[in-house]
Amino acid sequence: MCGIVGLLIKNPDLREHLGELMVPMLIGMTERGSDSAGMAVFSAPVSEGDRKLSLYCTDSKFDWPKLDASLHARFGMLSLEIQKNHAILQTAAKPVDIRTWLRSEYPEVHVLSIGRAIDVYKDVGLPAAIASRYAFETLRGTHLVGHTRMATESAVTPKNAHPYTAGEDWCLVHNGSLANPHSLKRMLEKHGIQFESDCDTEAACRYLDWRLQGGEDLETALHHAFRDIDGFFTFLMGTQDKLALVRDPFACKPAIVAETDEYVAIASEFRSLAHLPNIKSAHVFEPKPAQIYSWSV
Amino acid sequence: MPIKNTDPIDLQRSSNTESDTHDSSLEESAGFDRHTIRYIQRAAATGLYEIRGLGAKRRVPHFDDLVFLGASLSRYPLEGYREKCTTTTLLGTRFAKKPIELAIPITIAGMSFGALSANVKEALGRAATEMGTSTTSGDGGMTAEERRSSRTLVYQCLPSRYGFNPDDLRQADAIEIVIGQGAKPGGGGMLLGQKISTRVARMRTLPEGIDQRSACRHPDWTGPDDLVIKIKELREITDWEKPVYVKMGATRVFHDVTLAVHAGADVVVVDGMQGGTAATQLAFIEHVGIPTLAAVRQAVDALEDLNVKGQVQLIVSGGIRTGADVAKALALGADAVAIGQGMLVALGCNSSTYVQNGNHALALDDYHALGTQPGYCHHCHTGRCPVGVTTQDPVLEQRLQPKVGALRARNYLQTLNMELTMLARACGKHNVHHLEREDMVAITVEAAAMAGVPLAGTRWVPGLN
Amino acid sequence: MNRQGAVSAAVFDLKRTSVREINQFLHHPLGNVTHVTIENPDGAHNVAVGVNQPVNIEIRGHVGYYAAGMNKHASVQIHGNAGPGVAENMMSGRIDVKGFASASAGASAHGGLLIIRQDGGLRCGISLKGGDIVVGGNVGSFSAFMAQAGRLVVCGDAGEALGDSLYEAVIYVRGTIKSLGADARIEPMSDYDSAAVASLLGQAGISASARDFKRIASGRTLYHWNADANQEY
Repeated sequence: MCGIVGLLIKNPDLREHLGELMVPMLIGMTERGSDSAGMAVFSAPVSEGDRKLSLYCTDSKFDWPKLDASLHARFGMLSLEIQKNHAILQTAAKPVDIRTWLRSEYPEVHVLSIGRAIDVYKDVGLPAAIASRYAFETLRGTHLVGHTRMATESAVTPKNAHPYTAGEDWCLVHNGSLANPHSLKRMLEKHGIQFESDCDTEAACRYLDWRLQGGEDLETALHHAFRDIDGFFTFLMGTQDKLALVRDPFACKPAIVAETDEYVAIASEFRSLAHLPNIKSAHVFEPKPAQIYSWSV
Repeated sequence: MPIKNTDPIDLQRSSNTESDTHDSSLEESAGFDRHTIRYIQRAAATGLYEIRGLGAKRRVPHFDDLVFLGASLSRYPLEGYREKCTTTTLLGTRFAKKPIELAIPITIAGMSFGALSANVKEALGRAATEMGTSTTSGDGGMTAEERRSSRTLVYQCLPSRYGFNPDDLRQADAIEIVIGQGAKPGGGGMLLGQKISTRVARMRTLPEGIDQRSACRHPDWTGPDDLVIKIKELREITDWEKPVYVKMGATRVFHDVTLAVHAGADVVVVDGMQGGTAATQLAFIEHVGIPTLAAVRQAVDALEDLNVKGQVQLIVSGGIRTGADVAKALALGADAVAIGQGMLVALGCNSSTYVQNGNHALALDDYHALGTQPGYCHHCHTGRCPVGVTTQDPVLEQRLQPKVGALRARNYLQTLNMELTMLARACGKHNVHHLEREDMVAITVEAAAMAGVPLAGTRWVPGLN
Repeated sequence: MNRQGAVSAAVFDLKRTSVREINQFLHHPLGNVTHVTIENPDGAHNVAVGVNQPVNIEIRGHVGYYAAGMNKHASVQIHGNAGPGVAENMMSGRIDVKGFASASAGASAHGGLLIIRQDGGLRCGISLKGGDIVVGGNVGSFSAFMAQAGRLVVCGDAGEALGDSLYEAVIYVRGTIKSLGADARIEPMSDYDSAAVASLLGQAGISASARDFKRIASGRTLYHWNADANQEY
């Protein structure tokens, strides 16, 4: 019920074109998912003491400037870059404090991501409309993880859209259907982890984050995932400096990778990669099942 | 004779004129009842799951638990003859160049040649043609008899792809992609060796006489995002002419119907747990899938939610038996129904006789040989159908002649249609598709909750108010 | 399109013409057109599906899902890679994929020859019903799953669960086999097998020695429900 895209630019000179290269990839996945789309972009990390939070509100009439003023009043120095239904908040204040404050003062605002490098955009509508709304073609950075969604509920809300994030600078998109998400959720909730949706993908995202927080590296966490997570999945994941991809042992959900010296690109279907520079000479391959592929910035 | 207190047996004998089985000193366990004991003994004897035909036999909330609010002082009925009640039904208007127009909203469900004899497929085709409705192929492909006899034939594309080919696809009037059926959502087709005759084997590319194991997933797609592309492929191959149906066994109906619509279906077919099969594991039949009553409601909700009611049609199946069932399914929001088991019963399934040379011949011995009796038989999987319906045996299949079968099937369909229009008229409708859920109430709480209609005599819809 | 001369060719560019138009063209009588070229497919789906006549079709680039699906009579060359389900349910003809094929290549094919020059993906030849598939490279896991008839020749290696639940199709593998599926077993190659492999390799234009191949066929132990046989269903 989805399309996934991923892009990591190896050549630093190309990083300013990350968005330009991504937009046709996302639009290529429209048929697989035309109800909503999401994109996580990783760029140069902000300074140690600061954090960025991506904020979203479904209400197009939301008074962002008012939120800006309230945030300043409450938390002091910070910046809020607003664009349509979305804003990027950069602050030295603790993210958990911002979150708590938002929950009570502005419950209609969702925190899509927290981190030093990550920005996440999510909205409803066609991928092309979303790309244009947030000027995706102007985005710069090192790598990204994107997703287009075919909704199973009528209310298409950001809570149910990918990428899912947990902790900081970590996100996951998923193509497929998990078979035991509810048990995973209950197990994680017992560990004090809070959920925002009923989406099976959120269970996978928080499960892996839980393992990573426990000190495991991504590869080890994914090995545990093969044992604990049941169902069909292609997972595409992003951390501050990595892009990782894995398919379940049955590998019924598609994925294709194109790699050159300049970039590595991933999509559910080749037609999302066809426009990329030098695609004709790229190494194009299908990831094997139950094997972890990762690329570092 | 005076009753002596010291003689308990005498007491019972004098006061109890019933047989020993009603002897109150015999206590059957509800959990380990005779059916369960037999099940366990069978498992211990064979080491294999029980396989049988037909659908769920146990009682579940069904259409019988709904009743119509016929005309009264506040609602006026239509007269029987002069005041027409239309039954024309259009299916596949969303994308196809050639939608299907049926004279009645009652279709014949997919049942395979292999499960059924060729004579039966022909009989059903003839009856459908006469009544202006459609038949559906099954998990064995299209037979020439069926294509020849049926004026509107829906061609199934199943996980097994037995016999599936582009020539038959081009000859079909509609395409039905089968994800599952009500008898066994999540399971694949099954046909035991005794029914894999030469002809069946050839059509399915299988060795004769083996037990057929079938896939439960399609070989070249998994999931609604891939289904989008598969539906397009089938449309491309048939030049976008034919409606594409997507059929599912009733489980997560709301989500599944939503996804089927997103994937591009013209028609959605939802088959409840009462839906039949010629052979599958008992555990599937009785324990997987939800009642048709609950399924219809969810399917209609999904279509209304997506605002495609009228654009994407809904066919409901699984235990549709009577004209009242048809009317109730339509009132709940279905555009049409599909009937499988009912058609077979019309042809003679569970009848004590079959027709031979214009006379009724008794089939009792053959039922007994199977260890069953008329009215209890579900032995389709054996291929030894006493009335020649679910068999490939050249002797047995003669017991159902196409002409006789066609007449019976047609009579049954006609009766259903007459009952349907009669009920619709009684509710004041000149078109059966104007029946609405407000024309009904439920007589049990479960049915009220599942169907989303009030409990009779109250305004209460459990779960809604 | 060249209307002069006895034999004609047609060229389509998918950047300007839709898949639907091209398929419609291929479904109608072609007159004296015997060769059709399709350029810039760029991963498009359903290219050249349902063709029902002996035309030669050259696709210059990578295709998406179901390229040449349900093909009958036509000869199709794909100068690139193919997405899932290439040549699915093919009835006859010849499909030649110069690159690699994604999952379910040749699924449920009843006849004809599918050639994959590089690797065949997962589930290569799944549900095969009489067609022939020759793979120059490796095939992925679950290949020839429930394959009922026909032949799969693999010049490279095979993945896990090869020929799981195999019926009467026969698999020939030159390289290693990661694991065999339920009821699939390695059997000695007969003269008949060697001749069959040689013939198929010859038809595909791949030079390899039939001698180097192993035969994998059904043990036929799953043909009847049998409680004592400890079968896995």
